[in-house]
Amino acid sequence: MNTKKINIKQILSNYALFLIMIVMIVVIGTMSPKFFSWRVLRDILMQSSTRIIVALGCLFILISGSADLSGGRTVGLTAVVAGSLAQKADYYIKFWNIPELPPIVPIFAAVLVGLIVGLLNGFTVSKLKVPAFLATLGWMMVVYGTNLLLCNKPPNNSQPLGGFLKSFTNLGSGNINGIPIIVFFALGMCIIVHILLTKTCLGREIFSVGSNPEAARVSGINVFKIQMITFAFAGACYGLAGALEAARTGSANSSYGNGYEMDAIASCIVGGCSMTGGVGSVVGVFLGVIIFNVINYGLTFIGLSSYWQWVVKGLIIIIAVAIDMRKYNTNK
Amino acid sequence: MEDSHYILELKHITKSFPGVKALDDVSFAVKPGKVHALMGENGAGKSTLMKCAFGIYQPDKGQIFVNGQPVVFSGPADALRNGIAMIHQELQPMRSLTVMENIWVGRLPYRNTLGIHFVEWKRLYKETKDLLDDLEIPIDPKAKVQTLSTSHCQLIEIARSVSYKAKIIIMDEPTSSLTEVEAELLFKLIRRLTEKGVSIIYISHKIDEILDISDDVTIMRDGQIVGDWPASELDMDAIVKRMVGREMSNRFPEKKHVPGGIKMEVRHLTSANPHSFKDVSFSLHKGEILGIGGLVGAQRTELVETIFGLRKKESGEIFIDGQNIDIHSPEDAIRSNVALLTEERRVSGIFPKISVLENITIAKQTADYSVYTNGPFIDNRKRTADADQYMKAFDIKAPGLKAEIQNLSGGNQQKAVLARWMLLTPQILILDEPTRGIDVGAKYEIYSLMEQMAQEGKAVIMISSEMPELLGMSDRIAVMCEGHLSGILDGAEATDEKVMYLASTYQPLEA
Repeated sequence: MNTKKINIKQILSNYALFLIMIVMIVVIGTMSPKFFSWRVLRDILMQSSTRIIVALGCLFILISGSADLSGGRTVGLTAVVAGSLAQKADYYIKFWNIPELPPIVPIFAAVLVGLIVGLLNGFTVSKLKVPAFLATLGWMMVVYGTNLLLCNKPPNNSQPLGGFLKSFTNLGSGNINGIPIIVFFALGMCIIVHILLTKTCLGREIFSVGSNPEAARVSGINVFKIQMITFAFAGACYGLAGALEAARTGSANSSYGNGYEMDAIASCIVGGCSMTGGVGSVVGVFLGVIIFNVINYGLTFIGLSSYWQWVVKGLIIIIAVAIDMRKYNTNK
Repeated sequence: MEDSHYILELKHITKSFPGVKALDDVSFAVKPGKVHALMGENGAGKSTLMKCAFGIYQPDKGQIFVNGQPVVFSGPADALRNGIAMIHQELQPMRSLTVMENIWVGRLPYRNTLGIHFVEWKRLYKETKDLLDDLEIPIDPKAKVQTLSTSHCQLIEIARSVSYKAKIIIMDEPTSSLTEVEAELLFKLIRRLTEKGVSIIYISHKIDEILDISDDVTIMRDGQIVGDWPASELDMDAIVKRMVGREMSNRFPEKKHVPGGIKMEVRHLTSANPHSFKDVSFSLHKGEILGIGGLVGAQRTELVETIFGLRKKESGEIFIDGQNIDIHSPEDAIRSNVALLTEERRVSGIFPKISVLENITIAKQTADYSVYTNGPFIDNRKRTADADQYMKAFDIKAPGLKAEIQNLSGGNQQKAVLARWMLLTPQILILDEPTRGIDVGAKYEIYSLMEQMAQEGKAVIMISSEMPELLGMSDRIAVMCEGHLSGILDGAEATDEKVMYLASTYQPLEA
């Protein structure tokens, strides 16, 4: 009888994300056909890369049923840490008095710092039982403060860090056969996280904990361990993103990463994650990030003020969640 | 004396919580392959005892033996390792995950590659399929649990216990949210399990079901054991007497009310949700108790929630005292003197962390701020007076009016929520499964209240999945089947079979 109607509704709500994106691309593309070019695609992918890595960290947290507000500031701190270890020997404001280092060192240091922040978050949430929202809010402030103090260290005195080695900035702005290296990082992380979440016992245990922590505990899952791992992994993602952000922009200062955590949460939610835990996928998050960057780039491309992106982004989040809620509330 | 023919023995268990001695020198033993019922009023200590057996609580004194060997459980994982599994009163599945993951959570089969444990999805599927087939549970292992009914979730829980190779499965109120047909499915499964040598410890308030399914019965009262009997030596009266420790001549109060003229008429009511009820018409008389029977999924809750304005209607009319009343929200319903005691007490009944006082007075306060205020401020004396009246009238047992309601037993919570509605002096009282999961004493008090309402000429609607209650209390029984009203039976003529027949069959009339 009216099964056809219901099907259309279902398709609309299941694929709302794709549809929003396609409509946007078509609209922007019609207004400015140059939008369909390799250069635009490459720019969008490059801009999305660090955001995707931050959002992947956030994805772990949301699936496990927690929240994390410290992502953005952790990106900022780790960008500064990585940058400070990647300066040329002859740069005029040298952060540390050290010789030139291979690029693996700043990246490794950034990941390590992110990991430590993650462990602190995890310990505060799962051992001290501080609600995740507040625990990560607290650590976000501590991280930002630490970053301000670090940047203020003489001789730097709160100036932006610069003078990075070519071998380091190459990771962010270089390319292999025209494909930016940073995009390989992002896609590689996507693949790793996807496999981890869908193919390994650890991944499924993260889903279990997010879906129902009590049931997980009764089933013999070490919830403390799982929460520590999710926060640590998220922190490591933020650290990697921080290092790449410094490499991509060739600079770093204490305001880096500001607001990234909210963008990451928004991308996850638009990508189908549930705020209550147990639901989420890498594909959804990837699309979520891309959508926001298409808006970002596209609006400027057709000559609209970049301030509009905030209005559009906000509306997209509301629409995406409203459509999602309809799935669950159909019988009311 | 080590009786080796017991699979599980709890000896001289004592467990105290701040302020109460929940278990006082309790000994309890289960034979292999038997269904052993554990009965008692709420607060008798059944759940505490079982939580000790499952390692959720550690007893202060006493010992636990499995197969004659002493064991100490520091957590549920230890109990599971020793072949003891528990199916909780409040089912807590992981709704966003699949059936197979729910069953094998924490023990997914894996292949170790480079130190990484990769889930073996195919083996997981096959093992789940074999398990479910063996238990004759017709559910797809790949289905998401959120798409399943409550009864299917329960079967999955049992399958999970079996997957642990459990030799003892503790079931705490497994049928409290099942209809009789669904419960029968569960009983079939229990019989299959006992044939395989599994012992079942069965906690339930439903006496007829205990007599039907169990081999042995242990009755508890006030944290102590009253005694153990073979089920064949007991009948309903004997159990009730031993549970409450006093004679209880009748399970239902004497019917003294006389139905009068029509109070409310529902005409061709159809839900806005196309999957819910359609074209339901019935009348409700003053001084009448109208029962609504049916299977889970018959849309009974949806019907009364629509009458109460919680859900949207597509079409149809509701007349109260001959007036066509437009109800769009609970506020409208309350203004028309309709009250609804909802089905899920924890979801839409109590405010768990708020005091008993406020839980009782909230509806009256919302309906008219001025009754409890003195100038712009709330006057607690006025509220306390109202709440106290019902604390006494309903015999609500609570540490005090200021206590958080979540600390009360289920029966007392239910009485408090009922008091909330009684303060509004409703003319039409709708009760959705009012006695689910509460003890015999509290049940009787709720029945008495219904009887008293009817005697005062007020109208009562009661949804119930418990057949004795439906037959025992109702003047007429409306039976629903898959969203349709399949018939209305006169209470005096209604029988189990007639209700079940109407509940499971509906022939739509050819238009």
